[in-house]
Amino acid sequence: MRIEDRLFADRFRADTKSHLKIIDPKICHKCSGKQCTYACPAKVYTQEEDGSVRVAYEGCLECGTCRIICQEYKNINWAYPRGGFGILFKFG
Amino acid sequence: MKDKFDCIVVGAGPAGISAALTLVRAGLKTVVIERGEYPGTKNVMGGILYTRPLEELIPEFWKEAPLERHIIEQRVMLVSKDASTSFSYKSKQLDEPPYNSYSIMRATFDRWFASKAESAGAIIINETLVESLIVENDKVIGVRTGRADGELYADLVIDAEGVNSILARDLGLHPEIPEHNVALAVKEILALPREVIEARFNLKAEQGTAIELVGDISAGMMGIGFIYTNKESLSLGIGCLISDLRKSGMQPYDLLDRFKEHPMIQPLIEGAQTKEYSAHLIPEGGYRAIPPLCADGFLVAGDAAGLVNSVHREGSNLAITSGRLAAQTVIEAKKKNDFTCRALSLYKKLLDQSFVMKDLKKYRNFPAIMEKNKHFFTTYPSLLSDSAYEMIKVDGVPKKTKQWKIIKNFIKGRSLWGLVKDGFNLLRAIG
Ligand SMILES: Cc1cc2nc3c(=O)[nH]c(=O)nc-3n(C[C@H](O)[C@H](O)[C@H](O)COP(=O)(O)OP(=O)(O)OC[C@H]3O[C@@H](n4cnc5c(N)ncnc54)[C@H](O)[C@@H]3O)c2cc1C
Ligand code: SF4
Ligand code: SF4
Repeated sequence: MRIEDRLFADRFRADTKSHLKIIDPKICHKCSGKQCTYACPAKVYTQEEDGSVRVAYEGCLECGTCRIICQEYKNINWAYPRGGFGILFKFG
Repeated sequence: MKDKFDCIVVGAGPAGISAALTLVRAGLKTVVIERGEYPGTKNVMGGILYTRPLEELIPEFWKEAPLERHIIEQRVMLVSKDASTSFSYKSKQLDEPPYNSYSIMRATFDRWFASKAESAGAIIINETLVESLIVENDKVIGVRTGRADGELYADLVIDAEGVNSILARDLGLHPEIPEHNVALAVKEILALPREVIEARFNLKAEQGTAIELVGDISAGMMGIGFIYTNKESLSLGIGCLISDLRKSGMQPYDLLDRFKEHPMIQPLIEGAQTKEYSAHLIPEGGYRAIPPLCADGFLVAGDAAGLVNSVHREGSNLAITSGRLAAQTVIEAKKKNDFTCRALSLYKKLLDQSFVMKDLKKYRNFPAIMEKNKHFFTTYPSLLSDSAYEMIKVDGVPKKTKQWKIIKNFIKGRSLWGLVKDGFNLLRAIG
């Protein structure tokens, strides 16, 4: 099952502003692991052709993995979305 | 100064609501701040709710709480590439009220639980994120929320924010959670008709099964899968240590697909429709990873304090009990008007006397031993399946010869010394 189809089953109330921020995009260029791009369960981070990392915050499931797994460079400024925004689990 | 409360509770999960309910019953002015649209919309669990800790707060809660099925069978499946060996405990006792445990869904359960605190007098403010603590002279005196004029003050703050524990980290109670002390779990709600669930899992109406799975499904990582029956759906998920996930290079949703496609699992979920996909962290560090539990004006409960028993997959019950004990500590502190960390050390004492710390202490070696000995998740489930197959297969080879072959296989898989060490470690992990 594609991740896009999985996320399609979920309800989100997307904010207009991202709650996740890459602190220094230059650091991502030299990060060899790029673990955020595969470990995020919602595929929020994708590597662009020029080596930079794009953040599609709208599909974030708010787990916290990216913050913890970017341990070497601590390059993600991680926060929850504003109150009331983000994922809305119907079941949980 | 603005409105001042006796206590502010951050987070309306089991820990926060249990604390709030205990506080308002003692007449304390209490506010709970929750970032979700309503309590539960942000929360994910397997989930099995154990009856006892909640019953102490709300006698006979099962008569009104939104529950799915009471659990009459607990199954452990050791899974190899294309086989599985199961151990199951099923009993009449588990089918007699008051039931030992229920499957639940957090979105509906938390909302109900919070409504109980609200009707007892707690103020619950939803859709509001606590962004930071207000600290004055090293004492926590309130919280800053994301709202305009969103500062709230209180004698004490109970931090029940859950596993990410950002506020406690920022206060300096612990550093960032290390990746080997936390697991990422991904989960799906799989809809199936009631009759289909009951036929596939051999259940009658209202009865439920809880299955835990170890082995090939975690692709060599320290991880556990689960399948729990709800009324008209299955909760299916898998969790793996973040450190292992990083090394594996696997995508969590691929792991989930692999799990769902396993030949021993696929027939159980055949025809089911994915209704929801979720992800959540689980603290796995156990006893040795518990941070200091208080600061001046501040107490930490539930997942925020890492109170999860990873051997028995329990967390919500530890959250409920720790929330209640934190509240009891606040009630005592209020009487003495002393909110220093020293006065709040009563909390640790109460936790030590309860099952929470007793159980966590018992399994204090488990996380480290399992993390370093991946063959408990890889080699053994396969060896067991191979052995079972060897004994069951009728091929003219005498059983005694087969027995020797099995023993040799074990030694080949792990070496004799490895087997002895594993036995010793296993005893140390669960002793
Ligand atoms: C996949 C999975 C399966 C599990 N299975 C089981 C099981 O079968 N049985 C069991 O007993 N336990 C299980 N657990 C563990 C259990 O879910 C947790 O131990 C329990 O939920 C902890 O409760 P809590 O109140 O401490 O935290 P949470 O339930 O996480 O609640 C924290 C609350 O705080 C809110 N919040 C967080 N930060 C802020 C902030 N800054 N401002 C405002 N609000 C905030 C959140 O929205 C949330 O409502 C499982 C966990 C997972 C992830
Ligand atoms: S893991 Fe961290 S440093 Fe590496 S690419 Fe991702 S965000 Fe950048
Ligand atoms: S919090 Fe979880 S879902 Fe959101 S971006 Fe980070 S890893 Fe992905």
